[in-house]
Formats: sequence, structure tokens, C-alpha cells
Amino acid sequence: MTLTTSTDMLLEATDVSKTYGAVVALHNASLAVRPGEVHALVGANGAGKSTLVKILTGAVTPDSGRIIVRGRERKSHSPAEARRNGLVSVYQEPAVIPDLDIRENLRLTHTPVEPFRHWMNELGVENLNLSSLARRLPLATLRIVDLAKALAIEPDVLLLDEITAALPANLTERVLQNVQQLGEDRSVIFISHRLIEIAAVCDRATVLRNGETVGVVDVAAGSEDKIVNLMLGEGATALAQREGGHVTAAARSHQTPRLSLLGMSARRRLHNASFELYPGEVLGVVALEGQGQDELFDVLAGSERPSSGSLLVDGKPATFHHPADAIRIGMVYVAADRAEALLMQRSVRENISLPFSARIPQWGWINLGREKHKVDEAVNTLQIDARAGAEVRRLSGGNQQKVTIARWVASGVKTMLCFDPTRGIDIRTKNQIYVLLRDLAAAGAAVLLYTSELKEIQLACDRVIVIFGGEVVAEMPAAQASEAALLRAAHNLKPDSALPEEVAAAATGDMSAVQAAIDSQSTTVSQR
Amino acid sequence: MTAATSTVGRNRWLSASTWRNLLRDYPLVPLTILLVLLVVLADILQPGLVNPGWVTSAVRQAAVLGILAGCQTLTMLTGGIDLSVGFVASMAGFVTATFVHQPGGWPMGIAVSLGAAALAGLVSGIGVGIFRVHPLIVTLGMGLVVFGFANVWQLQSVQTGSGVPIEIRTIGSGTLGALPNDLLVFVPVAIVLLLLLKRTGYGRMLYAIGDNPIAARLSGVRSWQVLVVLYALSGVLAGIAGLVQSGLSNTASVTLVQPYLLPSVAAAVIGGTSILGGRGGYSGTIVGALILTVLASVLSIVLPEPWRQVVFGSIVVLVAATYARLTAES
Repeated sequence: MTLTTSTDMLLEATDVSKTYGAVVALHNASLAVRPGEVHALVGANGAGKSTLVKILTGAVTPDSGRIIVRGRERKSHSPAEARRNGLVSVYQEPAVIPDLDIRENLRLTHTPVEPFRHWMNELGVENLNLSSLARRLPLATLRIVDLAKALAIEPDVLLLDEITAALPANLTERVLQNVQQLGEDRSVIFISHRLIEIAAVCDRATVLRNGETVGVVDVAAGSEDKIVNLMLGEGATALAQREGGHVTAAARSHQTPRLSLLGMSARRRLHNASFELYPGEVLGVVALEGQGQDELFDVLAGSERPSSGSLLVDGKPATFHHPADAIRIGMVYVAADRAEALLMQRSVRENISLPFSARIPQWGWINLGREKHKVDEAVNTLQIDARAGAEVRRLSGGNQQKVTIARWVASGVKTMLCFDPTRGIDIRTKNQIYVLLRDLAAAGAAVLLYTSELKEIQLACDRVIVIFGGEVVAEMPAAQASEAALLRAAHNLKPDSALPEEVAAAATGDMSAVQAAIDSQSTTVSQR
Repeated sequence: MTAATSTVGRNRWLSASTWRNLLRDYPLVPLTILLVLLVVLADILQPGLVNPGWVTSAVRQAAVLGILAGCQTLTMLTGGIDLSVGFVASMAGFVTATFVHQPGGWPMGIAVSLGAAALAGLVSGIGVGIFRVHPLIVTLGMGLVVFGFANVWQLQSVQTGSGVPIEIRTIGSGTLGALPNDLLVFVPVAIVLLLLLKRTGYGRMLYAIGDNPIAARLSGVRSWQVLVVLYALSGVLAGIAGLVQSGLSNTASVTLVQPYLLPSVAAAVIGGTSILGGRGGYSGTIVGALILTVLASVLSIVLPEPWRQVVFGSIVVLVAATYARLTAES
């Protein structure tokens, strides 16, 4: 697609800021979309992408900043208002009411039927019966319905959030083709974790890091590396190496793994994941959002049953029907969401001692002296500031997180599953948590640590696995796990490779090569 | 805390948040003050009313209400409620009375009636804990089932004749010096409940489930076990309250205790137990039951019967709403 040098932007968001309590989600972020372009919005987990999207679509009101569409400032307070302002979004999850038929769903959003039919045909789904209930249609068709619905009302700006995730190859191709050919008058904001797709269809890319816009890239051959470097930022190379304490591969080969997963699948997102976790190590898990890591931890914590695959704990098969089953064999789960883990209205003491009384034989008289001893020990180990300890909700976020960990330190732990335990807490507390995880491993426990902060891998882990599309796609010792290497692996790119040739060609505008690129990418995805 | 003037000190003392914190952290203090004020008010409205006889009768009624409010306190702590207590309690009193001329006599009657109460609670607990039906629905339905069975039993036993056994009457309406005998039942029940909530692992589980069921589950708590035991316990407590009430009124009827149902919820709420779960305790409930009893007595002095109910209901709603508002957010 050729671009004029025109500076009149179709959509321009400037100096957008948003803070949630002490957490800065966006800090003077900006985004400018030219008429007729396909514009990618990229950034690592927590870079502020989803906050910016929510602001654009009116789901969240920014603290400051301006959004200008076609030269006029727009203030959207709800998705419906954003729609009237010409900005329509299509999300990962289908936005239809399952118990209504398609025609009724269209009426609900005031979508004209004829244009909708036209776009459905264009997108490769012909002869859709509008009287069929939404719940009867396959997921892929529903995503196309969503897209056609959005296109039918002729929006100025179409926002596509991970639209191609889980679409079959032939439909992905049709969708991307249509996205590219929307015309001079209409723009697309394209969000995808698949850099190959971005290279194939996008004209420019805005990169966010830590809530700030750090660069706008003209997408061309080789711009993938540029994007990754922008996502990483400077200083990514200068990382202090941690010393000693690593479990060497040779030492591991003589041990029974604490955990071994074989071909584990669960819900829609976790497919055929296999890995081993050894006593005395901290194993990092890295993945982009929604690659199956939530499902993996739910399965290991006993909250969710796998649909297939097997789990061995200390060499013996294990099946969990309830988190209690996992806890009984010393596998404990530290949730990312503290609201999920804490009794907010109860004291620090009751929160830490909660697992002590969970089972029926423990329902009787509490030995307050012994309980106090154990709780105090855990409070000291984690250096919890428990002055406001009468109600956990009055503690700071960092202290709350420490309470969730202290609970398991106090009751003894053999395997700790930590899901992003340092999200949204201060740097000092983060360091204390790294030290604690190292100490636990040194004492013989096995720790599985999912983190959305890539630099934590080298700070706290011995080894790291990378999950993409529900499967473990890479494994490396922490020493090699630079942020660049992890980010490449997380996007399922081969280490240190340049772009595949056909994609590079695609970015220059050769449409047949685009299809070849998409085909090859899609096949690799669907083969999994 | 924003102003920087010399009045800050005084303002802080009187500020809304100070009162809010006081109410939240020490609910017993304002509740006890309210109770004392009501007693003083009663004596002003009708001088000489507050005498040993009045105290005895107030404590008698508060004891029955207090035990029933105990059922509500325990269930509300988990985010539930027990609306079957009225019918279960009435059934217990009635069934015991029908055994008075039967082999086994009143001890057999008490065993059967409390067993039936426990069974009703157990079934409710299975509905709430295992089938995950809302406690409001389960206990409302169970109350009607118990009422129905009590009616069937009434038809069966109409020939044999019945009467409240003398032993129960002694507990319900006798006195030991100035103290009513039903304290012999209430005080042990209260001590058990207070210790259960404060000092046992089971009590901790009630708070945990009510505060955050997900956190409880992730910590290995199987909440159905806690809930099944809870509703069975609530049934037994309701049965005990029914026995005391039938002794107090020397009546055995299948609807005897039903009028206490909503006051039992109100007493727990006024006593500072959150209907949403996770917060509260039995000591507040005891004071709440006393407050409601004295309030009813005060209103009976100044108002005719129909208006009394209007004002009683309004005051209960007002106090509960104020309390909920004050303690809702930090």
C-alpha cells in the first residue's frame, strides 16, 4: 500500500496517561494513524497496550490526553459512544449473545444486514444462515461474524485485537487480505503477538514500553528486529549475573524430577505441554499473554483438570481433584491476583495460618502459642510490615503479596508455583521475593516461576522454558536467557535468525509472497 | 487530615472516619452504649419499669432470640443465612411435647426433636455446600418441609395428647433467685459459640469461606465439608431455642417460634455481622438481641400494637443500614 506524505492523521492520540493507584499504566503515550494504513500496536506484557486500547474504545477514561478522530476531538465514555465516533473494535473473544440468532445479534448492534452479508462473503464464509443461533456456530465463524459486523457499519478506524489467534489458516489469510485492502479512507489498528503477521500486513508500528510510546517503525524488511529492540529498550544488555547455586544439567540427570508433565492439555489454550521441574531449582516460565500459562498453573494447582496428558510428582502419577490434593503433597500456588488469595477483611495472622485449619482433623482447638510462633517466623522471614495487620486490605500491595507467600513458607513447601508474584509491587519487595525463592530452592524446594518481567528470569531463575501456543517451544539456562533471546522465543522466532525470506519479501508488497508467508506460518501453528 | 489549622486536633477527634474506625474495630462499645441508652429511656418513659422482674423477662426473651441469632451469625459469616430456624425451632418444641405421654418421655422427645432438627440442617447443608444452591432458597424450602412434617406429626399424635413437659417448663420459666433458668441453657451455648468462632480451626474456616471462597479453596479448604456441618449445627441450635421457647410460653405449636425469624437476622446484623460474610462475631449478636428485646419493650410503652410494628421494623432497618454503611469500606 502506498502512502502519501500527508500529515493529516485519521486518528491521533496524544499524551495519554492513566494510573491505577500507584501503578502507572500509561505515561504520555501517543498513537497516530494515517488514513488508509494498517497500523500495528506492539509491546511486551504490561507495556500498556491493553490500557491504550481500552481508552480508545471508551471502556476506560484516561487521566489526561486527547484523542482526535478526523480532526475533531472525541471523548468516548463507553464502547457504544466510541462506535458512534467511528471507532469499532473486534476482540479476541466473540462479542455475540449465544442465545440469540445472528439476525437478532445484528439488530442489537444496529448493524445493517446487506453490508454484513457482503463482508461475510468477502471474508470467505458464504451462505451463513442468519437464523442460526450464535451458540451453534463454530468459534472461527463467530470471529468472522464479529469482523463482518464491524466492517458493515463502515468505521473510520477498525481496531483488531488478536483477531487471528485461533483462526484456521485459510480464514486467517482471507481476513488479513481484506484487512489490507480496506481502502484509502479507512484505517486499521492491528494488535497481534505474531510479528510475522505484522510484517505481512502492517504499514507502520507503534511500540509501547512501560506505558510510553518509544518508537514508530515503518514496517519493512528487517523491521522485526527493530521492533524487538524497541520493546526491550536500552540497558537490556547490561544485566548483573547472579552467582552460583545453579543446578547443573549433569546433576539433574541423576535426580528424579519433582514434577514431570507429559503432553498436558487443558481448556482451549494449553496444548501438549511437556517439561520437567527438579528439586533445588527455580524454573522460569515465559510466555506472551494467553499462551496457556494460566491453564498450566491452574492444572498444577489442582484448580482445573487437564483434558489430556499426565503429571508425575516425584516419579509417581498424580491426579488432583481439588487444590487440597495438590497441597497435601506439598504443591502450593501463589496467585498473581492478591484479591484471589487473601482474606481481605481478616488479620495477617489468620491469613498466614489459613492452610493450618483447612482439613477436618485440624478443625479443633487452635494452639495459639504454636500458631503465633509459626506466623511470627514467617513474618520475620519475609520481613512483612504487619503494623496494619488487623485487616490485610490495609497493607500495601507488596506486603500483601508477601503474606500470600508467607502462608506457604509457614506451612512448609516442597513445590511452589508462583504466577507473576512481583506484578505491581515495588523494587525492594521484588528483590526480597527473589532472595526468598532462591533460599527456598537452596533448601531443596522446587520453584516454578511465571513472570511477565523478562529480566526476572536472570535475577531469580536457574533455567527457563518458553510457552507459545500452549506448548513449550524453547528451553534455556538462565545465563543465556537475555531479554532479547526470551522475547524472540516468546514470539516463536528462532534465536538470532533473520526474518524468513518470504516474509521479508511480503513486507515489500508482493502479495503472493504474503500468502506464502501466511500459509507457512499458519501451517506451523496449526500443526501443533 | 487535609486542613492545617489549629482545629485539626479537635476535628480529628470528631471526624467521621474516627467514628467509623471505632465502630468497625470495637462494635461492642457503641452497641453497649445504645443498649444502656434504651434501658434509661424505658425507665424515663415509665418510671419504675426497670425492676428485677422486667430484667428477668427481658433476659428470657433475649435468650431465645440470642440462640436463634447465633444460627444467623454462624451462617452469615460464611455469606449464607438460615431462614428455616423458625419452623425448625417450633417443630422441636412441638415434637418434644408430643412425647410427654409416650414411652421414653421427655428425654426421648428431646433426642428425637434435636435429631430431626440436625437432620433438617444436614439436608440444607448438602443443598448449600454440595449442590451450590443459594442458602436463602434452600433454607426457606427446608423450613416449609419441616413445617409440613410437623403438621403431619400433629395429625398423627392428636389422639395421644400432648403437653409441654414440666422439666422444659422449669427451664423456660423458672427462676434461680433473680436469674431466669433459661440462662442455664443460653450461657453454655454462648460460651461454646464464642469459643468456636474465636479459638477453633472450624471457626476460622467460617470466616475464611465468607471472606473469600476462592482464597479458601486455593488454601485447600473444601468448603462443602464446612457448610454441611454448619447448617446441621444451625439446625441443632434452632431446636434448642425452640425447646426453651416452648417452656417459656408453656405452648407447643408448629408455628410458635416463627415470629422470631426476622428479629434473629436483625439481631445478628445489628450486632455487626456482615450479611456478605467474613466479618462479625457472636458477642455483638448477644448485645444485638438484648437491644431488640429492650426496644420492643420501650415501644410497647409508647405505641399501640400496629404502630409498634411499623416503628420497630423501621428502626431495625435504619440501624442495620447505618451500620452497614459505616463499616462497608475502609
